[in-house]
Amino acid sequence: MIFLLLRRFTALAITLLLASIAIFLVLEILPGDPAAIMLGTEAREDTLAALRREMGLDRPAYERYLNWLGGALSGNLGLSMTYKVPVAELVADRLAVTFPLAFLAILISTAMAVPLGVIAAANHERPADHGVMLFSQIGVAIPNFWFGLLLILFFSSYLGWFSAGGFPGWDDPVAALKALLLPAVALALPQAAILARVTRSSVLEVLGEDFVRTARAKGLTRRVALRRHVLRNALIPVVTVMGMQFSFLVAGAILVENVFTLPGLGRLLFQAMSQRDLVVIKDVVLLFAALVIVVNFLVDLAYAWLDPRLRQG
Amino acid sequence: MTALRTVVRHPTLNLGGLVTLLLLGTAVVSQVWTPASPTQIQITQRLAPPLQAGLLGADHFGRDLTSLLMVGAWNSLSIAFVAVLLGMAGGVLLGTLAAAWRGWAEEVVMRLADVTFAFPAVLSAIMIAALIGPGATTAVIAIGVFNIPVFARVSRAAALQVWERDFVLAARSAGKGPVLITLHHVLPNIAGLLVVQATIQLALAILAEAGLSFLGVGMPPPHPSWGRMLSDAQTYLSQAPHLAILPGLAIALAVLGLNMLGDGLRDIIDPKLRRKR
Repeated sequence: MIFLLLRRFTALAITLLLASIAIFLVLEILPGDPAAIMLGTEAREDTLAALRREMGLDRPAYERYLNWLGGALSGNLGLSMTYKVPVAELVADRLAVTFPLAFLAILISTAMAVPLGVIAAANHERPADHGVMLFSQIGVAIPNFWFGLLLILFFSSYLGWFSAGGFPGWDDPVAALKALLLPAVALALPQAAILARVTRSSVLEVLGEDFVRTARAKGLTRRVALRRHVLRNALIPVVTVMGMQFSFLVAGAILVENVFTLPGLGRLLFQAMSQRDLVVIKDVVLLFAALVIVVNFLVDLAYAWLDPRLRQG
Repeated sequence: MTALRTVVRHPTLNLGGLVTLLLLGTAVVSQVWTPASPTQIQITQRLAPPLQAGLLGADHFGRDLTSLLMVGAWNSLSIAFVAVLLGMAGGVLLGTLAAAWRGWAEEVVMRLADVTFAFPAVLSAIMIAALIGPGATTAVIAIGVFNIPVFARVSRAAALQVWERDFVLAARSAGKGPVLITLHHVLPNIAGLLVVQATIQLALAILAEAGLSFLGVGMPPPHPSWGRMLSDAQTYLSQAPHLAILPGLAIALAVLGLNMLGDGLRDIIDPKLRRKR
């Protein structure tokens, strides 16, 4: 187990390092002169020179990379060129929106998907099963930003129950949660569609195992066997897929935050792109990529912990 | 004959195939004929609902929505197609080589796949767009790069299974090297699986392309694109809801069709999976 943990940790460190190198290469080395990109073609030479000095572009690339990486590890992410405030401050503000949004979306999608998947498997090849599969097929095909627009159209424009976007801040937690509810539902639908499908196939697979037959043979009803023996085993692959879906959740958050004009990390990244603020882009992309990598690593560990057969791997 | 009967009797495959064919047909026809010019502005028709101006109404510039949707199908499909092809070429190359050489080569390829997997298309597109600006190239690179690890993983796993088979052992004892074995034995045996994966990735690529053009980093105006049509529709949500409904419906139908086609093809290629899904 310790050997496995060490191996996984080394792999995590290497993956994170490679991701940071890739981001640095794309945003600092490929463009040739990042300062020229940020200021545009009509910038004056002295302004350009000042920005180059400010960004440390006169120093060698490896030194800049190590500086950036060291800064990122110690929480010092540099200064945003457009906002003129430390990026760490910007990120902390925006995380207060994006993190609850993602959490709410995961909660909603799991609450929808697991019961649906179990119902489908328990009623295999019957109308309830076909219904869930149809929901899953359609749910996967609907773009989350379009679903967000439809939610606004129905719940804001037509019924007037919710505002069409914006975020009131956490001073009023009820209003804040209300502002996050529709975006979270929009973000959750495609996730729920995929998870329902995975839960269904996983429950079906476990239902065919010998220990379930034994449980039924000793007199447990189908329902009790399902609850006591099947669910726990069936949820392992579901957790893995949730981890794999995390990168889609990140991508979805960027889109959905823009539909609902939520001041989250996704919107910050989008605005930074429009303003060509490479400093913010570099840091936020690193944060998003690191999140995806770390979540996948944790899921991998959880998987090994839940299924002892994999510990040897 | 049996194979043909399976195809004919498979409702998912048939429906998916039909929708995909319709999508492809619309896209191709849009290159030679549309009801009106998709760039022709007619301010008098502005925001006209369906059937009042053309079949599906007009947008905020009074452009014919049917024509915009038709050309949008072409733009969306062509970006998705090129991106998936790019990802497939890179991914299959890496995946089959990893399976052939094993050891450190495999470790490097899988690590690179892990890294690439951490960059969803939207994330890479934003990075690339900040450098070279939005456009078809940005979209193709961003979506294509995200497809590389997907194909690398699938083709590596499938190739490893082929490498265990007796005919590969026979080829090895006959003196064939890893590259020739990959070309002559592994690739033909995993081709079916790759086609299935490509169909499903094409559906995902259409979703990604729509997302990118919604954010404004995909196909630039005046080229019509489903995602940007939705983004424009946000301003007129209560005045002209059809502008927000129809392009989304087009995206959902296209993705649904391709997904069903992919599922159907997979059932036929690997019947063992049918019961589970």
